[in-house]
Amino acid sequence: MDVVVGQLFTGLSIGSILLLAALGLSLTFGQMGVVNMAHGEFIMAGSYTAYVVQQVTSAGGASLLISLVAGFLVGGLMGALLEVTLIRRMYHRPLDTLLVTFGVGLILQQLARDIFGAPAVNVVAPDFLSGGVDVLGAVIPKTRIFILVLAIAAVSILALAMKTTPMGRRIRAVVQNRDLAETSGISSRRTDISTFFIGSGLAGVAGVALTLVGSTSSTVGQSYLIDAFLVVVVGGLGQIKGAVIAAFALGILNSFVEYSTTASVAKVVVFVLIVAFLQARPQGLFAVKTRSLV
Amino acid sequence: MEARSRRPLRSPLVVTPALIAVVGLTLSACGARAGDASESGAAGAPASCVDTSGDTVKIGSLNSLSGTMAISEVTVRDSIALAVEQINASGGVLGKQLQIVAEDGASEPTIFAEKADKLISSDCVAAVFGGWTSSSRKAMLPVFEDNDALLYYPVQYEGLEASKNIFYTGATTNQQIVPALDYLKEKGVKSLYLVGSDYVFPQTANREIRAYAEANGIEIRGEDYTPLGSTDFSTIVNKVRSADADAVFNTLNGDSNVAFFREYTNAGLTAADMPVVSVSIAEEEVAGIGAQNIAGQLTAWNYYQTVDSPENTAFVEAYKAKYGQNKPTSDPMEAAYTSVHLWKNTVEKAGSFAVPDVRAAADGVSFDAPEGTVVVDGDNHHISKTARIGEIRPDGLIYTVWESPAPIEPDPFLESYDWAGDLN
Repeated sequence: MDVVVGQLFTGLSIGSILLLAALGLSLTFGQMGVVNMAHGEFIMAGSYTAYVVQQVTSAGGASLLISLVAGFLVGGLMGALLEVTLIRRMYHRPLDTLLVTFGVGLILQQLARDIFGAPAVNVVAPDFLSGGVDVLGAVIPKTRIFILVLAIAAVSILALAMKTTPMGRRIRAVVQNRDLAETSGISSRRTDISTFFIGSGLAGVAGVALTLVGSTSSTVGQSYLIDAFLVVVVGGLGQIKGAVIAAFALGILNSFVEYSTTASVAKVVVFVLIVAFLQARPQGLFAVKTRSLV
Repeated sequence: MEARSRRPLRSPLVVTPALIAVVGLTLSACGARAGDASESGAAGAPASCVDTSGDTVKIGSLNSLSGTMAISEVTVRDSIALAVEQINASGGVLGKQLQIVAEDGASEPTIFAEKADKLISSDCVAAVFGGWTSSSRKAMLPVFEDNDALLYYPVQYEGLEASKNIFYTGATTNQQIVPALDYLKEKGVKSLYLVGSDYVFPQTANREIRAYAEANGIEIRGEDYTPLGSTDFSTIVNKVRSADADAVFNTLNGDSNVAFFREYTNAGLTAADMPVVSVSIAEEEVAGIGAQNIAGQLTAWNYYQTVDSPENTAFVEAYKAKYGQNKPTSDPMEAAYTSVHLWKNTVEKAGSFAVPDVRAAADGVSFDAPEGTVVVDGDNHHISKTARIGEIRPDGLIYTVWESPAPIEPDPFLESYDWAGDLN
């Protein structure tokens, strides 16, 4: 029993981390169709923001809250800057975008190494998040509960914002039909910037959350980038609910396969299942007609 | 040691050729043992171009100054430079000042091989110091053998190798892993859980640990590998918890250690319930993991910054004075420092810089190193080393809790251990 509970929670936890990493991507890749290989480096920027905030303030709950806000702003501003300077100029050249953003990612990694040094830095989790909670014989780390709650909160806020705020409506309008949106008086350029700001900001938030469970080094983003793309593709482009279901499904699948086999085998099994799934359903779990990628 | 990087290899594009290189070189380098091939190697070697007629003699320092291994290997380069500076200040070697020719191996085995060839053939260095990953060593091995040149390799590794052209000044398995197992056995450990990164060094090490465990009545409750750079350890920690072994033997490397120890601590597992013995975590790594997450856990090495000896006090002081007060000294750095001094002592004993003379004189050469007195074994080209089990304390330093009563003679092929018969 405790094994099932433990693994179920582990799956939810892996899923929530995947979801946080993928949520921003579901906006920039899913909605706008930009393959942003530097998304992982925005996650990294969030992680280092948490480190810097902790150096300036002290280790504690306040530092974590400030980090979440600061991480969102830092990631968002970097994303907006990237959009204005580079991505804007190549909206209909997905291959070029891929290469250029990959290059930007490498530059950002080296920059982080030059500023913070190559070894991982230590971000201390606040006291109230240390240790675990005993649930039916399984010990569940509090940091993971926090990340799960944070992921759910981020998804809810994003979904609500997309549905109810003027900006959310503008984003959806531009995604569905750019020309029509423009003729209705929406500035698609400004909308693109704000979409990228929010998407990259969410990557920054993911980065802050990751400091609680993983290492903070220049390659932290790279280890989540591919998984984040998988979640978005499996969920269906442009679908937040698809990303949610895909993230948790992949997380739980991964945790149970890994428990009965090994980490390497679990990775292979999950990849094989994803390939098989996409063969049967190339459009992902959910599909809507949007300004298509190709 | 294989790729003890703090950062994972970057992408499949990088990993695949590296793996191919590792596998290929592992196969080709098997069985290259000191003594066995001494005639064949030397016969075809081009004449050495080392010039010893002037006031200076060149030596090579070949370390990764860029790429994923740079962070570790730069510290080795620094301690080689420190040793050379000290030797020059005290009169040099055979009255000649040493001049370092530094090259960057760029964390790529093929570049290590190229640069080694350049150092030997065009810079005409008398000896080369450096290398870290096992793949870099295995890539350089044929270059040194074909040219009959000398490499001093300063990092602990998986054993099962001995070349007449390499001196190994880091620990082989019977000076690190076997004493760690002896220590655990003595502490009453009856069951172990093995966790490692999925590549050569942990797989080889765990093969040896299994053989030891079988012969000593220790039960292996589980053996798990994670891909290099893996960052999610919740499942493995759950497995470790339900296996309820007496101790965990950790051969993970790089960032994985950070995620592993955070998960381990947060899941409520402590050094008191289930200690973790690590063989790839030195002073520098502790900072990134966070001392609060790893305090109380054990490590196995031959040297810690806290070793109490006049030689070590002088070494630590000199290092900090040259490179900064906040820089810790670690095992590979100490082994690199020691390797330069061992070469000096060997050359002076031989009265010659020529490689065959140095090799002939090597047996029994000693140096009062920071870790204690070490002696070169002329037969297998390894050195005797004191094994030390250390405990990580909240100040981020590692303190010796057990050390072998005397330096342990190197036995890279574990020939003196009955249980290791099937490993070669």
